[in-house]
Amino acid sequence: MIVYILLIMMIIGAIAAIEMKDLISSVIVVGAVGLALSIVFLVLKAPDLAITQLVVEILCLIILIRATLKKDLPFSTTGRWFFNTTVAVVFAVTFLILGFFCLHELPHFGYPVMKVAKFYLDAGLSRTGAANLVASIILDFRAYDTLGEATVLFTAVVGVMAVMRKRGRKKVDEEIGEND
Amino acid sequence: MTRDKYIFDDTKGMTLIVKTITRLTVGLILLYGIYILLHGHVSPGGGFAGGVIIALSFIHIMLAFGKDAAFSRLSKETAAFFEGFGALAFLAIATLGFMGGYFFLNFFQSKGEPFRLFSAGIIPLCNIAISMKVGAGLFSIFVILVLLKFKTKGK
Repeated sequence: MIVYILLIMMIIGAIAAIEMKDLISSVIVVGAVGLALSIVFLVLKAPDLAITQLVVEILCLIILIRATLKKDLPFSTTGRWFFNTTVAVVFAVTFLILGFFCLHELPHFGYPVMKVAKFYLDAGLSRTGAANLVASIILDFRAYDTLGEATVLFTAVVGVMAVMRKRGRKKVDEEIGEND
Repeated sequence: MTRDKYIFDDTKGMTLIVKTITRLTVGLILLYGIYILLHGHVSPGGGFAGGVIIALSFIHIMLAFGKDAAFSRLSKETAAFFEGFGALAFLAIATLGFMGGYFFLNFFQSKGEPFRLFSAGIIPLCNIAISMKVGAGLFSIFVILVLLKFKTKGK
């Protein structure tokens, strides 16, 4: 029951974040949505995900607030609204129709088809010796996935540093300094 | 004692209240991150969450005391070193599995007693490597995105 209340709160928060005129209020509402998502993970008995979601949400909130606080970003609401709305409605209707037919085939929420996962749950403690089954899955059984995820994060950091680096080519009428 | 001159500098950073609270809490935040990552195989948490909390403790110092206080503790070069070292250490642990047969082999013979700190073979080592990589990487992203500013003269 509390999950549905939190889901409705998250949807309202997401709509409010779009409709806000002020950028900093919008960022704060996004933070509230992330906090509600963290509580949903906690209610669904996934504390690993709840901790990770909470700390990543805090970090993103700090970065967004520091990035949007002093800058006067352009906020455009005009433009090709008819074309944008038509494209959005067409895609939403298409995915709703496809999802209506596809989601019948899935198992019900909370009753998964346990074939591979049952082996992990049975043999996780004896094969790896880790009491936390999530750690035994992501770092032993499926560690190759974790290596790929670490590679993605490393590439993201290197990409950001390469785009925003101080040395290198810059435009003639552009100067780069450091904030406090 | 050279690093204390940034702490007691009144011109940089936020107000006295924020600085006092930060001085009391930032060590606890760092300790909590280390606890989360070292107990990742026993209790909820893990390398990613622990690394993000460690990065948040340095970001906390930077927000409260200014950038010089944070850079005197974790400079940009040190962060870049830990970023690369963590990634290479994770890959090295994965490759060490080949001495027993395959990629990511849990190569310790005795896994240890469950629910103890020293158990579960390579999983704590992987957690430490991931936390180094994630903490240094997210700190670098924060530094790059927040400190650098672009001015355009024409506009």
